Amino acid sequence: MNFDFSDEQKQLRDSARRFLEKQSSVAVVRRVLEGDEGYDRELWQGLAEMGFTGAAIPEEFGGAGLGYLELCVIAEELGRAVAPVPFSSTVYLAAEFLLAAGNDAQKKNYLPKIAAGEVIGTFAYAETAGEVTAERIKATVSGGKLSGTKIPVADGSIADFAVVAAQSGSGLGLYLVDLTGPGVTRTVVDTIDPSRKHARIVFDGAPVEQLGSGDAEAVIAAVYDRAAVLTAFEQVGGSDRALEMARDYALERIAFGRQIGSFQAIKHILADMYVSATLARSNCYWGAYALSTGSAELPEAAASCRVSATKAFQHCSTNNIQVHGGMGFTWQFDCHLYYKRSNLLALNLGSLSVWENRLIARMRARNSARDAA
Amino acid sequence: MNFDDTPEEAKFRAEVRAWISANAPHDLDEDLKKSGLAGLRLPGRDIMAESKAWQKKKADAGWAVPHWPKEYGGRGATPIERVVWQQEEGLYNQLAQPFAIGQGMCGPTVMAYASEDLKRKYLPKLASGEEIWCQLFSEPAGGSDVAALRTRAEKADGSDEWVINGQKIWTSGAQYSDYGILLTRTDPNVPKHAGLTMFIVDMKAPGVEVRPIHQMNGGRGFNEVFFENVRIHDSHRLGAVNDGWNVALTTLMNERMSIGSRLATGFPEIFGFVADFQLPDGPAIDNAAVRAKLADWAVKSSGLRYTAFRAISSLSKGERPGPENSIGKLVAGVMTQDIAKYAMELEAEAGVLTSQEDAPAAALFQNMVLNSPGMRIAGGTDEILRNIIAERVLGLPGDVRVDKNVPFNQAPGR
Ligand SMILES: Cc1cc2nc3c(=O)[nH]c(=O)nc-3n(C[C@H](O)[C@H](O)[C@H](O)COP(=O)(O)OP(=O)(O)OC[C@H]3O[C@@H](n4cnc5c(N)ncnc54)[C@H](O)[C@@H]3O)c2cc1C
Repeated sequence: MNFDFSDEQKQLRDSARRFLEKQSSVAVVRRVLEGDEGYDRELWQGLAEMGFTGAAIPEEFGGAGLGYLELCVIAEELGRAVAPVPFSSTVYLAAEFLLAAGNDAQKKNYLPKIAAGEVIGTFAYAETAGEVTAERIKATVSGGKLSGTKIPVADGSIADFAVVAAQSGSGLGLYLVDLTGPGVTRTVVDTIDPSRKHARIVFDGAPVEQLGSGDAEAVIAAVYDRAAVLTAFEQVGGSDRALEMARDYALERIAFGRQIGSFQAIKHILADMYVSATLARSNCYWGAYALSTGSAELPEAAASCRVSATKAFQHCSTNNIQVHGGMGFTWQFDCHLYYKRSNLLALNLGSLSVWENRLIARMRARNSARDAA
Repeated sequence: MNFDDTPEEAKFRAEVRAWISANAPHDLDEDLKKSGLAGLRLPGRDIMAESKAWQKKKADAGWAVPHWPKEYGGRGATPIERVVWQQEEGLYNQLAQPFAIGQGMCGPTVMAYASEDLKRKYLPKLASGEEIWCQLFSEPAGGSDVAALRTRAEKADGSDEWVINGQKIWTSGAQYSDYGILLTRTDPNVPKHAGLTMFIVDMKAPGVEVRPIHQMNGGRGFNEVFFENVRIHDSHRLGAVNDGWNVALTTLMNERMSIGSRLATGFPEIFGFVADFQLPDGPAIDNAAVRAKLADWAVKSSGLRYTAFRAISSLSKGERPGPENSIGKLVAGVMTQDIAKYAMELEAEAGVLTSQEDAPAAALFQNMVLNSPGMRIAGGTDEILRNIIAERVLGLPGDVRVDKNVPFNQAPGR
């Protein structure tokens, strides 16, 4: 059994970490968090130059053709660095929608530019509060023109194009929309994690191009499973960093004449953080395996790592603040960067209960299939 | 990244599989499948006789303790082959339960510290299940703090024998054991860890008295063991005089090596249960609240499974399992207890029933509720496991020890 990343993949992780420690330092994250710029351009360009934005894009479309295990490794490092870039929107979603449903011309048009870091893409899906369902989507395409409002759209204010889920005469469909073109009004909205900007996008007769003709809901579910694995790696990276920060502080801070890390209440909090981060990591490895091999287990593995990693990052980022005491509640300390990111990532692809429900439904389907066989 | 065997592992697995399918006691399959977390149940049969029969059969073919050296009853299997064996033995591993402590903890200690003569005398019979061993560490004075033990070993004047006086407690299997490894105090005038010595003790020797303890779940699996002027020859000492703490650490470290056997969590049981169990509005598994609970346990269960796979992968690269493996029992113990309680909660009024005939799911969850508190205590309590993770994995400072550097006989609480 070799249920681990390869030496080459570990080298990739090391170089990604070194790169991000420099290029996505806390100062960089805070500049986006506190400023109006939608992302850090230099970091984004750097990621493209490292071949990261095109890691899983086939070479025929200008990618590095590395693969999904490599993309998982990169995702973990981005999560660890709370990188302020439109990576998930562009790479886990827009590129994956193109790969899953795009025709050759569409892939040729967008994918090489994604790999080169020349365009930013996103997926515009939610419109109202609550789980997104096909019935809740009111945006409509008619005569090749899209009208409706999407909120929140991750990186909506900076993206060059979006994949949009909208209704038409024949039900829910997916469409490519040029966000810099006519009929598009976008405004940045305030969110729980301002280091990753979101927007409200009002479409008023924006020209669209259809993306795929099959069952849009099935395509969305498939792309979401893939994005769930990658996002879970970001969450695991964030969990580990939050745990390290708490551990380091527990060794440093003195109270009652002792390191606070010598108090069992603190030690046991940290041990529990380690447990949840470890379980999430192990689930993620399963997800990475399923994603990279195109295994039939992917839907179940994806839901498992999504649920496990969401819980772990929430748990670790929350307790990181607790261990830091008053310092943890300040703007000056970095704990809140992770707390905010964990709350964002917990919801970006649909909330925990949605994924829990999916997980059990999928396990059940597998069991009945096995019983029937 | 893959779950595949290397060619050598695959070859070994095929060999194991063939041998097991040709030799396992298949007449017990149905009962073994039903047993699991509720404890081993073989209606109409003598469990110990069945266990010994299977162990002996394995021993005759060299499969008793595959990772032990040949001369001591094993076949010199590698750590990863040991894992493969455990995975393949699966169901039948339940029959190895009476030998688990002896082979898992006592055997390796004997192997590391006993003379060649004694190793050849004791280990093959321990491997074959002809003799059963127990671990005599915990005492009324300390289980977590086992170094606080008080059982005295004193050198008899002018002889090569030691005289043992004192009491052990919680000794699993002492009632049917032939030998035990016994941790004693040989010097009370030095700090507690520095005055301990380990011995092999004959459980049938004069002065050894075993009294079963009635457990909260009705069972009588562990015991009090009293020693009154029990004599042990110096040749049966394991390690140097007063070096017993280091010897004990060897014993405890070996617990970690058994990462191949799957930890019971109760998850498959609750999943099967809620798939069939009807709530007023349909199958329990369709209820949103039930699903949220299930999902939490599902990802803990898969998380433990893949954590074990990661550990096995390290093992297959020649790395040794470390303190991070404490995570398994810590997660599984609480989870089993929570699952059992939740199943009973769904059963509602009928959840109080405990007989196999009356209780839903043949009283599986009621048994789990009564068993699980022990899982969270035996082999290191939840709290001790958290301390281990915090101190040895995360590098946090040790607890403040008020008895550190204080001679044992002057320490607080003495
Ligand atoms: C089913 C079963 C089988 C067993 N079999 C054996 C056996 O075969 N051989 C053997 O030698 N022993 C055996 N034991 C004993 C077992 O190892 C001890 O019960 C266990 O180590 C706890 O010790 P204790 O009972 O003295 O509890 P204590 O150590 O007194 O613990 C009481 C409480 O205090 C907590 N506590 C203690 N120290 C600390 C600390 N430093 N930090 C935080 N909390 C702490 C514990 O977590 C626990 O909650 C068995 C126990 C059980 C339940």
